Amino acid sequence: MTMYGQGILRGLTITLKHLVKTYFNDMRYMGKKYFNQSEFELRQGMKTEGIYTVQYPDEKVAVPERFRFTPFLVVEDADHPERPGHDWCTSCGICAKVCPPQCIWIVRGEDPVTKRPIPEPEAFFIDIDICMNCGYCAEFCPFDAIKMDHDYEMASYDRTTAHIHDKERLSKPFSYWLTIAPTTAHEEAESRGSWEHSDVVKSKKKTSTPATVYKPVSSPAEVMEMLKEAAPKPAATADAVATTEAVATAAAATGPSAEEVLKAERLRKRKEALARKLAKEASGG
Amino acid sequence: MAIAVPQTEQVDVNAVIDKLKEKFPEAVKNDPRQGYKGVIVDKAKLVEVATSIRDDFGFDYLSSATGVDYFGIADEMEMVYHAYRTTGGPALVFKAQTPRDNPEIPSLIDVWPGADFQEREVWDLYGIRFPGHPNLQRILLWEGFNGHPMRKDWKEAYYEEEHKPFESRWPDGYIHRSEEANAYGHNVAYPADLDLSRLTDTSEEALYNSLGLGVDVQDLTGEGGIRTDRLVVNLGPHHPSTHGVFRMVVTLDGETIETLDPVMGYLHRNHEKIGERNSFLHNMPFTDRLDYISSMSNNLGYALAVEQLLALGARYQPPSYRAEVIRVLMAELTRIVNHLWSLGFLLNDLGAFFTPMLYANNEREKILDFFEATAGSRLMCNYMRFGGVFKDIPERIHSVVNLVNDKVRDYNTMDYLTEMINERLPRFMDEYERLLVNNEILKTRTIGVGILPPDRAIAYSTCGPLLRGSGVAYDVRRADPYSIYPELDFDIPVGVQGDIYDRFMVRMHEIRESLRILKQILPRLERTKGESVMTKVGHTPRVPVGESYGRVENPKGELGYYVVSNGDDKGPQNPWRYHIRAPSFINLTALGPMAKGHKVADVVTILGSIDIVLGETDR
Repeated sequence: MTMYGQGILRGLTITLKHLVKTYFNDMRYMGKKYFNQSEFELRQGMKTEGIYTVQYPDEKVAVPERFRFTPFLVVEDADHPERPGHDWCTSCGICAKVCPPQCIWIVRGEDPVTKRPIPEPEAFFIDIDICMNCGYCAEFCPFDAIKMDHDYEMASYDRTTAHIHDKERLSKPFSYWLTIAPTTAHEEAESRGSWEHSDVVKSKKKTSTPATVYKPVSSPAEVMEMLKEAAPKPAATADAVATTEAVATAAAATGPSAEEVLKAERLRKRKEALARKLAKEASGG
Repeated sequence: MAIAVPQTEQVDVNAVIDKLKEKFPEAVKNDPRQGYKGVIVDKAKLVEVATSIRDDFGFDYLSSATGVDYFGIADEMEMVYHAYRTTGGPALVFKAQTPRDNPEIPSLIDVWPGADFQEREVWDLYGIRFPGHPNLQRILLWEGFNGHPMRKDWKEAYYEEEHKPFESRWPDGYIHRSEEANAYGHNVAYPADLDLSRLTDTSEEALYNSLGLGVDVQDLTGEGGIRTDRLVVNLGPHHPSTHGVFRMVVTLDGETIETLDPVMGYLHRNHEKIGERNSFLHNMPFTDRLDYISSMSNNLGYALAVEQLLALGARYQPPSYRAEVIRVLMAELTRIVNHLWSLGFLLNDLGAFFTPMLYANNEREKILDFFEATAGSRLMCNYMRFGGVFKDIPERIHSVVNLVNDKVRDYNTMDYLTEMINERLPRFMDEYERLLVNNEILKTRTIGVGILPPDRAIAYSTCGPLLRGSGVAYDVRRADPYSIYPELDFDIPVGVQGDIYDRFMVRMHEIRESLRILKQILPRLERTKGESVMTKVGHTPRVPVGESYGRVENPKGELGYYVVSNGDDKGPQNPWRYHIRAPSFINLTALGPMAKGHKVADVVTILGSIDIVLGETDR
């Protein structure tokens, strides 16, 4: 005959075991697991026991390479020998077309003299409120020019001004992409055949100049190695952070008037664009 | 608890159709359209034919009933029904057509009670009336909503264009916020007979009236001369036990439930209309948001539906073997994720606050870590594509420092999976079983509560653990197999009594069965290493004309996608119709009958045992 309550008692021993294990675990590592990198890995891994927490924001789980948050635009590094700060984007519009919630707005660049389209966006907006973080833009971009960022800490107090990211806010150097996703960047470089933008590769092929191989790298491990050697790796990240911060502070210093000016400018340009479109339609029809 | 290995019958649908045509020579004719399946039934004889389909031909399970508006193509509306045999086999598709002005199709609620909510939904969104339906009220929108939004000539607020991509985005895309535009300007087509005074919500009144409640106190007992009345209690919409914004209107006699009416639609966003504006590819991340606990299998169902259509074309290549292996890996991991979640919350509903739930969540996080490293996101995976998956599983699950205080991890993916599937999860399941299965409180609260007999379970079109808990061994993975399931070895756990405990046990066993499948998947993953996981489909696939119904055994039940392509070769590639047969939505049909006669406290548990998610119920 089974005693009533046996199942409950057995269950309670399990909860007790969990509790004890938690303290046992704490004692075993003597608090090291909150500071030491390798113990953190152990704590998050398959062998962990008891109850454990990641003490956000004192510690954060670094996100994996493929993690996608919001998109950013890749531009050449500031110290690029040939085209520093140049956009990778050619304003082909594929990202705007595959975007499921249609949050990408691109103004195609125009040559001021000939009025012909040039492969560079004049303006690039992403409404971060609408973005659904699906990663299609990065997946289907033929030039590897738009990528998903890992920086998920972008809460702000005012959604009406802070959440439409313009080209300046979106642009981040290529070295930043290399830091956050070395393996993926390496795979992409391999398929392009060079660390350079595919247009540069093409033009060099045409003029038969040897492609300035940025740094010949053959494996993701080497990329990691290279990043360690290329010294200011954290500096590159810090730079990126610093620039965005500088922009933010500059915007904050001048107050909302600057924002309003920007918005007015945007609306004006939009009106112009609409007028252009209407004119085109009128002449076409 | 029994384990069933159902015998999949070989059903020749064409033979059935021939016999059906013999029996009803005037009423039934083949669907002549290219790429369409099944028969068109004369609506005057629909009920008769449907009864014959159920009784004479054994198609006892109505999986999906939905409307399509062929505005501009045939100027007709259509109801599409997918009936199956619970012993397995393909669908018998039959349709009934009705003119667009004054659309009316007889209700099939007497043949399949599971048509109840689905017909109400079609009335709500398409405005097709169903004579014979006892309670033809709007279900997702509010009573008084003007128009029927799924009609092709209905335009939503902030309407821009028929199809995405919208022209304004490129090349002159100076951004404007939707809120800067006028929501109710020229972009909305008002119905001709718009009467603003009608814009009042009458659904509450109708609801309470339907419960038969008056001002007069009714004599219920009569004994001892005590005059009592029934009491109406609204459980929800904001109540933790409803797992979202969901409302149950119950009438109580004392503490006993007399009637229960589910009220839903609080999370309605007209997902299907959005889906028709989207291109085929655009819809994939939107499917994540249906059953947001198990986005991977949602993706799979949609990919299967569109691949069926693509296969009608000439240049289609099926996904590679490795892609299929990875799909099954993801689908089964998702099943574990979902069941861990639902078991945890079922225990929460029973009052075992958060201990079992957090234990289960611990393990769930491990799987989500793998999802994040592979697909890029923990919940909204958006991983499957037409013709494969987004990317191969990564070699290492590792991260790079980016933010301040970041801590990195680095594991070999295959080691991680192997250890999780072979050791950690089985160990956890043993422990979880010891913790719960023999717990006396759990048993008293769940055994004999919320019984759903097998015949009712089939009639209500329930699916998933709810159906199997009632002893019906119906699992799409076996009954109508897809992907590589035919070559995998697994059983289908079924319940005996059809009570909450059985559903609970079915879920526990399904986790074990999923682990069994995953153990067979691991060597296949090793073997196919290096194979491509994606065929060349691209972001604007040419989808041939036709219809398809892709269904998968989602953790919550049978998830079906009914997709129609009008195959416009030059124009944008958008689905003409994109319908979701949501398991949570249809399973709720059985909630009222199950709850009848039980106490208020049991309703919470019964709802928990159905395992609904509102993202999918309300769409």
